[in-house]
Amino acid sequence: MPAFNWRKHGNIVVLAALLAFLAFSNSDVLQPSNIANVIGQAAVMGTCAVGMTFVILTGGIDLSVGSVVALSGALGAWLNVNAGLPWHAAWVLAILAGGMCGLVSGILVQWGRVPPFMATLAMMAAARGLTLLLTQGNPVSGTSPAFNYAGWAAFLGFPVSGFILIACAVAAWFTLRFTAFGTGVYAVGDNLEAAHFAGIHTGAVTITVYAISGITAGLAGLLMVGRLWSAQPSIGTGLELDVIASVVLGGTSLFGGVGSIRGTMTGILIMGFLDNGLRLLEISSYLQQVIKGAVFVGAVVLDMYFKGAYRKGKSRDAL
Amino acid sequence: MKELLGVKGIHKYFPGVHALDDIAFSVGTGEVHALVGENGAGKSTLIKILSGIHRPDAGEIRLDGNRVEWKSPKNALEAGIAVIHQELSLAPHLTVAENIFLGREPRKGPFLDRPTMYKEAQHILDRVHASFDAGRETGTLTTGEQQLAEIAKALSLNVRILAMDEPTSSLSSQETETLFSLIGELREQGVGIIYISHRLEEVFRIADTVSVLRDGTYAGGGPITDFSEEDIVRLMVGRSVENLFPREAPQPGGVALEVDGLSRQGVLEDISFKVLEGEILGFSGLVGSGRSNVARCLFGLEPFQKGHIRIMGENASIERPADALDLGLFLVPEDRKLQGLFLNRSVESNATVLQLVRHLLGRFLVNRKRQRNEAERLTSELNVRFASLDQQVNNLSGGNQQKVAIAKGLSVTPKILILDEPTRGIDVGAKAEIHHLMNRLTREGMAIIMISSELPEILGMSDRIVVMRQGRMTATFSSAEATSEKIMLAAAGGGNNARL
Repeated sequence: MPAFNWRKHGNIVVLAALLAFLAFSNSDVLQPSNIANVIGQAAVMGTCAVGMTFVILTGGIDLSVGSVVALSGALGAWLNVNAGLPWHAAWVLAILAGGMCGLVSGILVQWGRVPPFMATLAMMAAARGLTLLLTQGNPVSGTSPAFNYAGWAAFLGFPVSGFILIACAVAAWFTLRFTAFGTGVYAVGDNLEAAHFAGIHTGAVTITVYAISGITAGLAGLLMVGRLWSAQPSIGTGLELDVIASVVLGGTSLFGGVGSIRGTMTGILIMGFLDNGLRLLEISSYLQQVIKGAVFVGAVVLDMYFKGAYRKGKSRDAL
Repeated sequence: MKELLGVKGIHKYFPGVHALDDIAFSVGTGEVHALVGENGAGKSTLIKILSGIHRPDAGEIRLDGNRVEWKSPKNALEAGIAVIHQELSLAPHLTVAENIFLGREPRKGPFLDRPTMYKEAQHILDRVHASFDAGRETGTLTTGEQQLAEIAKALSLNVRILAMDEPTSSLSSQETETLFSLIGELREQGVGIIYISHRLEEVFRIADTVSVLRDGTYAGGGPITDFSEEDIVRLMVGRSVENLFPREAPQPGGVALEVDGLSRQGVLEDISFKVLEGEILGFSGLVGSGRSNVARCLFGLEPFQKGHIRIMGENASIERPADALDLGLFLVPEDRKLQGLFLNRSVESNATVLQLVRHLLGRFLVNRKRQRNEAERLTSELNVRFASLDQQVNNLSGGNQQKVAIAKGLSVTPKILILDEPTRGIDVGAKAEIHHLMNRLTREGMAIIMISSELPEILGMSDRIVVMRQGRMTATFSSAEATSEKIMLAAAGGGNNARL
């Protein structure tokens, strides 16, 4: 009988405890309509988190997701409203633009040897600047209902954006588990040198994970536009904190090599219900920020703790 | 000889393992007590209990005949028990003096008293005959020098019992000599020394007493003079190992690999050799002689300016490891933890990672069932011992880790296998198994290049031996004509610039 693996499954205990606490404090929390609401609200952040999981698994970080969300949203809306493109063409181009942002970050990290933190911090500034340039600082509204559909509509009582998040997660889970590329992602994060020895194109893996993060952020930006029926140039500021917190709460190590999409999904739900619960409990939005910051730090501290235990040569399963 | 530190009836359990089972052990003043056993036998666990890192689940610890209980390593340290671990734990950017007095710097009022600190550090360094001074940045020292610094640190604590875990594993023979004479001096001064080593010749040279552990139990021990090397090996493995280097007569086939005039600016010069199918070519030479660089060039990890590589008669262009793998060449690297394995990942994923990334377990998608079967086949062929295929390789013993690193390479059935230090730091049993495996692989027609720092291994397992010095080949011997003297001479100086 193996001992309970806290690193892997602890997040489920946290989620259960959070739900129990919220259900106890406010009976509305577990209403199906509220659950659907939480998932709809978390979809934008969650979609980014799915892509971010790839980056963090390689031991990297992507701080630019908030700005990329704004850029792809603004570009998509602009193409739809000002250039008159049909919604699907605008979507494809906007997602590609997100992917390009990620690709550039990845190339900076791999070929430019820029630390991921710095490369994506620069991208965070640059993508925000591009958004402001494109929109001249004004919201873009008037996107077609088809363009907005995925962001706000519900299908069978469940938000469409939630379906999209789940689809992304399934695709990501599948990629990580059943493809050579997925193995490469874990290998690069676990031991870059051994990955190179194993003949893995570590550079290609690194660049690709940032591109994936850009693509999911691009998709998230479009969901965001649909949700608000307009593209806001300042949207997504600070989003990267929630996204990284979801991934780390899900048990993915900031050191790379350890983690899973299943964990990230749990992390997204924790962040989503935390957000929702704090609001239902009518806690001031300023204090909410402080609480989220504390949760984030807590998750990182736990990660360091597990890492430390590993360094002392104890099995994680023994914890 | 008065007993300094002793334990009795020690038991220690880890999840799923009875790591120590009723162990008694003691060390007296001026005694060098060797602790030997295969990896995973419990030596390190015992040391950790003696030094307060682990607490025993049952049993007693005595210091000077009085029962004691360590609540933390600090307790043990204050009582004069210091451990020098295999991985040295000095801060590389601090000076030697700062490391020696880390956390208990001499002070004048609220300020550090640097002059006193350096003076005292220098005094201790002189005691261990260190050739470097206390102001040196620690990271610039060689491993051997850093070890002296560690010993100096222990002495500054008025150490009474010094435990050393595999102290010579990364030392040159010169540094080893220095260490041994230092151990002799400490013994004169009445320090009790616990010496863990795989190298039996060292144990016989310096130990007064020996204790052998096997699978967490006490297998035997006593005054070293009562034992022969064979006795100890038998106690360690629980059976007798008749022949440690059982190289069978080779049946060489065609040329598998041909290297012609390989040169890398400042590192390698004009390296030319051939390896036949079914042959083991040994590479000997001192650390830094360029042995590993040859392997790294062949595997596409280092570029080279001149020279040709032919594999199975075809010109080969190898720019990265993936190219080498395509051509059927695999390198099991020297440092299995840093280069060979994904420590956080399971036995299964490590064993099959090459098949996976080379799309051998399905063109686009991974066939999980096939992966499982392959992992089972590979690990059972190499007799890897583990609790489950899902276990992290981090939790395996060194020998089993090495077997996984080799299994990984064999999974893609290479024609040429380069083994860089295949048995470094692993126990006698696993070593013999790896040697038997090499026999089997060459019988099946594989060409093997073995790089090793251990002369007995080179002499015992190679069919031909290449000796390198300062980036050049200085001699080539057949196994019949090679002797350790000839090899040392060619490696360290002299030699007849023999050619293949």
